[in-house]
Amino acid sequence: MKGLPVTCDGVVFRYGPDAAPMRFDCTFAPRTITAVMGPSGSGKSTLLSLIAGFERAESGHILIGGDDITGKAPGNRPVSCVFQDNNLFAHLDAGTNVALGISPALKRSAEDEARVAQALEAVDLAGYGARMPGSMSGGERQRVAIARALVRERPVLLLDEAFGSLGPALRESMLDLVADLQRRTAMTVVMVSHDPADARRIATDLVFLKDGTVGAQGPVSELLNGHANAEVNAYLGSQRLPS
Amino acid sequence: MHTRPSVRLLLPLLAAGLLASAVHTADAAETLTVYTYDSFTAEWGPGPQVETAFEAECGCDLRFVSVADGVALLNRLRLEGGNTDADIVLGFDTNLTAEARETGFFAPHGISLDAVSVPGGWNDDVFVPFDYSHFAIVYDTETIENPPTSMAEFLANEDGHKIAIQDPRTSTPGLGLMLWLKKLYGDEAPDAYAKLADRVLTVTPGWSEAYGLFTNGEVPMVLSYTTSPAVHIVLDGTDRYQAMAFEEGHYMQIEVAAQTTAGAENPLSAQFLSFMTGPGFQDIIPETNWMMPAGETSKPLNPAFDGLVEPEITLLFDPQTVAENRAAWTAEWLEVMSR
Amino acid sequence: MLAALCLVAVGALVVQAGGAGGAGAVLTDPVVWRIVRFTLWQAFWSTVLSVGLALPVAIAITRMADGPVRRAVLALFALPLALPQIVAVLGVVALYGQRGFVTGLAERAGFDPPSIYGLTGILIAHTFFNLPLAARIMHGALALVPAEYERLSAQLGMGALARFRLIEWPAMRPAAAGAAALVFMLCVTSFAVVLILGGGPRATTLEVALYQALTFDFDIVRAVVLTLLQLAVTIGAVALFAFAGGSVEAGMTISAGASRRFAGDRPAGAILGGALTLMAVLYVGAPFVAILASGLASDLTDLIVQPRVRRAMLTSLGLGLCAAALAVGLAYALSRGAAEMAAGRRFSGRPAFTETVLTSAPSLILVVPPIVIAAGWFIALRTVTNVYDAAPYLVITVNAAMAMPFAARLIHPAMLAAEERNGRLCAHLGLAGMARWRLVTWPVLRAPLVAALAFALALSLGDLGVIALFGSEQVQTMPYLIMQRMGAYRTQDAAGLALILMVMTMALMLAAEHFARRSRTMVTEGSSE
Repeated sequence: MKGLPVTCDGVVFRYGPDAAPMRFDCTFAPRTITAVMGPSGSGKSTLLSLIAGFERAESGHILIGGDDITGKAPGNRPVSCVFQDNNLFAHLDAGTNVALGISPALKRSAEDEARVAQALEAVDLAGYGARMPGSMSGGERQRVAIARALVRERPVLLLDEAFGSLGPALRESMLDLVADLQRRTAMTVVMVSHDPADARRIATDLVFLKDGTVGAQGPVSELLNGHANAEVNAYLGSQRLPS
Repeated sequence: MHTRPSVRLLLPLLAAGLLASAVHTADAAETLTVYTYDSFTAEWGPGPQVETAFEAECGCDLRFVSVADGVALLNRLRLEGGNTDADIVLGFDTNLTAEARETGFFAPHGISLDAVSVPGGWNDDVFVPFDYSHFAIVYDTETIENPPTSMAEFLANEDGHKIAIQDPRTSTPGLGLMLWLKKLYGDEAPDAYAKLADRVLTVTPGWSEAYGLFTNGEVPMVLSYTTSPAVHIVLDGTDRYQAMAFEEGHYMQIEVAAQTTAGAENPLSAQFLSFMTGPGFQDIIPETNWMMPAGETSKPLNPAFDGLVEPEITLLFDPQTVAENRAAWTAEWLEVMSR
Repeated sequence: MLAALCLVAVGALVVQAGGAGGAGAVLTDPVVWRIVRFTLWQAFWSTVLSVGLALPVAIAITRMADGPVRRAVLALFALPLALPQIVAVLGVVALYGQRGFVTGLAERAGFDPPSIYGLTGILIAHTFFNLPLAARIMHGALALVPAEYERLSAQLGMGALARFRLIEWPAMRPAAAGAAALVFMLCVTSFAVVLILGGGPRATTLEVALYQALTFDFDIVRAVVLTLLQLAVTIGAVALFAFAGGSVEAGMTISAGASRRFAGDRPAGAILGGALTLMAVLYVGAPFVAILASGLASDLTDLIVQPRVRRAMLTSLGLGLCAAALAVGLAYALSRGAAEMAAGRRFSGRPAFTETVLTSAPSLILVVPPIVIAAGWFIALRTVTNVYDAAPYLVITVNAAMAMPFAARLIHPAMLAAEERNGRLCAHLGLAGMARWRLVTWPVLRAPLVAALAFALALSLGDLGVIALFGSEQVQTMPYLIMQRMGAYRTQDAAGLALILMVMTMALMLAAEHFARRSRTMVTEGSSE
């Protein structure tokens, strides 16, 4: 699952006929981690929903690795998602939730079982296959979701505030896990976050959104060093410099 | 503890309900309370006119309290256990008088019955009739051109048309039909029930449902009263619905009133029962209650009543026989009808 | 409290009747057992059909975009329960009867449709009443499925079947079982429908025997024994549904509008769902069109100006509102208790016996005929007070008790989810009492509470059973007036009144849905993105 570049080319979207239009022009480099940041309501989740196919663009094109996927159904896009909540089906055990990534109709072979176990091991949850989501911690549930993304072997991974509800230490370890997996699989990772520390920790690039458009994009090292962009700095406030 | 918000929410609502219902008239000295069924007191029923007429005569206050139907009337009295506000109970029929008498809630009327006229005559020391009608099969002339002229012919089922009847377990007309056949055929009644069953489209729990199916055009015949066609002539201006006249005779329903033991203390009770048998009351009955008057009227009936079936033979079991045999006869009917 | 309501009633009846001598006679009567068999048989098939058909309809409605169309469908689906049975039966007959519209169409198309007098008719009428009810209840449960599940299933490429098996069915299974139990109980007590459309005494439910015992025979012991028998056989059947139901699984958080519902990219599925919903709407709506047609033929303006009609409208509304409020209050308290127990077992594993009792037992009141409760209270109260002064309260209480199970079915799942989501947080923050209600419970439960209120209101508006005993000059409701006119050759008036009742109910439902929706949008606005 070698990572592919993701390009939004003049993608226009509105939540309703009266809502203000959003317009996205940006590129996510292949085999890297890009952070998406911006104020509340700037369109971070919307951008991810457009890439994943949960929302439909009014005009413009979304390209992944050169393929125009604008009109494709979510299941046919080379993309996996991890949301902040409800990533796991509560009535299915962890192993089954992962296995859904292999076969959505849950036809499992012995070989699949091995892959599921392997994926769980990769997220440090070896032996958790029979556990129910209700009896797991928030961090464990998110790791199961990542394990499922692993077995799906899609070149692009979208994280929508995936670790937003976790404590700092847990969050750091989850970020490191993502970074580690990204290095091993060479996925393209797009990560929505509101904490510049997340971006500084694992992301290479940054896309900054404001009022439904791309306000700035470039390497994290340039945009988050306190000298780059007035809007970015205004958003970051006292955290514009690495602590 | 957790129910508290809901309780808080409910109390004001209950209080509002209390206010809304607080209006209840207290008994004045010169008041006569009459329990009756509710279509009697409807604005198009006899109640309002009877109230005006009697109040003009007695200079008192006539108060109606109504329940669903004649059967409910007696049950309400039973529920009240004899401790009732009613001076008069008006509106149950002869099928129930034996049971009503047994309750001991009623006192002899003590009035002259000279003005009373019902087919077969009337002689009872407690119950006073106020109207009557015969049961009949009412049919739609647009579907049935040559109606049968006897029960035997009807049961023979030559034309194959269907009828809606009522269940004797739950309905007075249903009970009437069963008694009609029992009166005609005695021990052979089960055979008649079996023939009837072939003609029946469906059996309804009450008169309203059967008659609704009939006027909706779903079924061309219904068990009702000889007086039913008059309603359609007067209200709807159509003579499309007619009653079949059977030569063996028709079973009769007589509606009666009586004073309660408490009501016997009230001089207005006897006055009302007398009034009930006279023209002041009887003039109102035909075109409001759609039954035949059981006493003298001051003027001829509406011409709509002239064309009605007037049975030459009136069939009726005495109340005691009905009370003793109803359960067994109903079981017999049920046994045949559910085959 | 509900138990007390019944116990006092039954106790008073038994005391009044002076013992239970007639019990043996009832239980050894072969006719009674034949009736029991038919009662259960028709109720079973009615339930299977109603809930079975409601299942795909509930899914289709849930997948519909929220808007006026969906609200109208949901409002329509609350209407049948508010109709007096006789009005509904005439509507059904006008369509499928001997001279029915549909029958006519079928004959013209060369088919020979079977007569509706028999099991067919019973099933048609019962699905008319209960399919919408079951669909609403199951839709309520489905609406609680997190929006993320939709997105995930789309991304994982699940087909419609996999989606049903893995997401929708587990989410609706407890609700489906609850709906089935409810529908079953309603069908057990069905009486006029079964007798009329069943074609006669062959098709008789226990309720007919009960009615007979209470009216002509006034044999109260027999009535109580029959009630208990009805209760016993129903408990057996309902227990089966409860065990088949299972419980809501933990681990999902209800996202109050956290993400927009994913509309889906399945034109085939959307068309199928649309077609299904349309068929259900036609099926439920057609009898109403028949009622509308006959209602319009009456003199509506004349009816409306009649003081009695207007008073009945107000009485119905007043009693209905009080009863509905009481019903929702009771349902709320009960769901709360059950939710706390569920929290106690951390929302996993089998619910304890008490919890099951708490969630399903109150519905059993549906099997106790209102008339029995009313009669019992009548006797119990008559020594204490003038019963007719108390009549409005009795009507309200009994109606509330009857509506409570419906309200509970709508509130319980949401309450469970809310408790799971917020329970610990509230305990942690020391939020309790009014503060908790205002800040946490009300915003989350507003929509289901309002929906339950509307539903209970519709039900109370249509009630006839209790009022028939207490009805007097002071208390006359719309259904009472309808029956009164029908019983006095005023079929046209009755049709007009039925139409007015229908419009009243529909307006109230739409208002309630609108209100509930507004609250939902407010929540969404608070947490958009």
